[in-house]
Amino acid sequence: MKILRKASLSFFGLKVKFLLHPKNPLKGDYVFKLISALFALSIFLILGLMVYELVKGSWLSIQTFGLNFIVGTTWDPAVSRVFGALPLILGTLVTSAIALLIGVPISLGVGLALSEYLPKKFGFAVSFLVELLAAVPSVIYGLWGIYVLIPFLRDHIYPYLQSVFGFIPIFSGPIYGGGVLTGGIVLAVMIIPTVSAVMRDLFSAVPNSQREAIIALGATKWETVKTVISYARSGVIGAIILGLGRAVGETMAITMVIGNRFHVWPSSLFDAWYTMAAIIANELLEATYDLYISALINVGLVLLFVTLVINILARLIVWRALRLTRGIARE
Amino acid sequence: MKTTYKIAAPIAIIAVAAASAFALSYLTAEQAVTLNGAGATFPFPLIDKWAAEYHKIKPNVQVNYQGIGSGGGIQQHTEKTVHFAATDAPLTEAQAEKAPNTLHIPITIGGVVPIYNLPGVPKGLKFTGEILADIYLGKITKWNDPRLAAINPGISLPDQAIVVVRRSDGSGTTFIWTSYLSNVSPEWKETVGRGTSVNWPTGLGGKGNDGVAALVQQTPYSIGYVEFTYAKKNNLAYGCVQNAAGEFIEPSIESFSKAAEYAALTLPRGDERWSNVSIVDSLAGNKQARGAYPITSFSYILVYKELNVLPNMDGATAKALVDFLWWAVHDGQNYAADLYYVPLPSSVVAHNEETIRLITFNGQRLRG
Repeated sequence: MKILRKASLSFFGLKVKFLLHPKNPLKGDYVFKLISALFALSIFLILGLMVYELVKGSWLSIQTFGLNFIVGTTWDPAVSRVFGALPLILGTLVTSAIALLIGVPISLGVGLALSEYLPKKFGFAVSFLVELLAAVPSVIYGLWGIYVLIPFLRDHIYPYLQSVFGFIPIFSGPIYGGGVLTGGIVLAVMIIPTVSAVMRDLFSAVPNSQREAIIALGATKWETVKTVISYARSGVIGAIILGLGRAVGETMAITMVIGNRFHVWPSSLFDAWYTMAAIIANELLEATYDLYISALINVGLVLLFVTLVINILARLIVWRALRLTRGIARE
Repeated sequence: MKTTYKIAAPIAIIAVAAASAFALSYLTAEQAVTLNGAGATFPFPLIDKWAAEYHKIKPNVQVNYQGIGSGGGIQQHTEKTVHFAATDAPLTEAQAEKAPNTLHIPITIGGVVPIYNLPGVPKGLKFTGEILADIYLGKITKWNDPRLAAINPGISLPDQAIVVVRRSDGSGTTFIWTSYLSNVSPEWKETVGRGTSVNWPTGLGGKGNDGVAALVQQTPYSIGYVEFTYAKKNNLAYGCVQNAAGEFIEPSIESFSKAAEYAALTLPRGDERWSNVSIVDSLAGNKQARGAYPITSFSYILVYKELNVLPNMDGATAKALVDFLWWAVHDGQNYAADLYYVPLPSSVVAHNEETIRLITFNGQRLRG
């Protein structure tokens, strides 16, 4: 066997080691490795440029308002020209939380039904439809929200909710149709396809030996399913975070149904509110002076930051869950 | 061999056809010119129609217009990346500083009308400016408010809460609407002010004229405001608004046109500052302006007075641009009414002729 020559390339201090073939030193593996390394590194470059551009664009707003931008509760482009994003941050987080509250149990059910309960053929049809739903553009969900969901909720569901739970403040107040709860429901419908598709794959990937083992111990179907969920739980959390990411960043559909009212806290679930992505989509095109544009880009920066924090938290949860699983395995 | 011919034959035919088509167009046409424009979405359908019609008359001229919003149009005009821009509001002092020697050419007229969804109440409900301002301030909350009832005798107004609908996105429509409310209500002027988007005290936000129209259509007992064309197209009930002369004016092509005629009396020269030009403002307090609908505005095309400031500009393109603008303010106006736009009154057309005559390329007038 001939000795392969060793060589290395360094990118920004990162060393990529590779082997040169003695006869054709610039072929095959080497080229492929180089290209894939370049692609991998471009991710850092893209993210870096994005952060740089966002910070540059929002610099004027950061200088003017500083941290007050994050805790400020006024958005007045016309008279005082003061901008604060707290209501938007709260609106984004709360509507996304509602979306998860509604969407995750349904997705869990869909995922389990497809992998554990339904016959293969039927399951295939359902999962095809679920994936089709994931491909529907968000403006379509928005139109459906305005013309179908809002009248239905306003005339049938919300009055009933109010008559039963009206004594609780969050179910009181005037019903417009659009609002916080409607926004949450539309977001839930939008994240269900993605989350349930991932969950189905996760549950299908659980080795049959797990199921066989627990059935051998005399477990019922329900107990088997619980084992399956528990085996896949770190992935389940990942799927939920994936849904949360989509809900937080969703723009078009939410802005069409949430009512776009800028206030710190809505009077009820039926009241209108606002989100970060929605205000950027709404106001950037006709923002008429530098500070205004800068404030909107600053909202974008905050949105990126919030997404980042959510992802980091998710990673930590997944790691913790994995460690626990391994711990159990060792015992 | 046979398969090779099978593929090669069609390719050869296509190639010959393409080459001859290219040669033909090269021989027959004058120099092909593309005019690029960008800006407000409000005049987009009209400018798009113009582009198509003008191409029929002058096949060598291609007009591309992108409706990216007034703000974007002004930015592209300032950065000199388009031949012309369109905007719903004239350049502010600050914007004019950044784009010196800009000409303003009013190309069409828009009216913003209050629309409402009141089961059992037909169109033509009367509003005063003060009442509209107080509804949008959240001070008048019921449809059967005594002030509203007093000016609408004989109409039974329901004892229902008013659902206020307004734009959520920044828009020229909002600018016109809030300008009007600022003029008629001191409280509005101090607390909310005028702008493409403002700090709304109340209401639901719909995206775009379509969004507001849809929300009003879908929500019983709501009130909103849209460009007249959207009220017409969606068959929405719209109200009459009181002008400074004290008349309740029904929105119509005639009453918008009348408003533009009063404003045309005081228009500045095309190359002067236009930041204060506003039909809404010129009608405020004008008791003589009979028959004029008070919430009316111009939509403008912006061009540079000396076209050589644009990169890659040549004589043929400059001439084509000026000819297109000339056509747009004359023959182009005939296409306005079909699309629910308001044709320019003759006094404004005459004013525009003077403005277009000011345009030069390398110091040479392009239209005598």
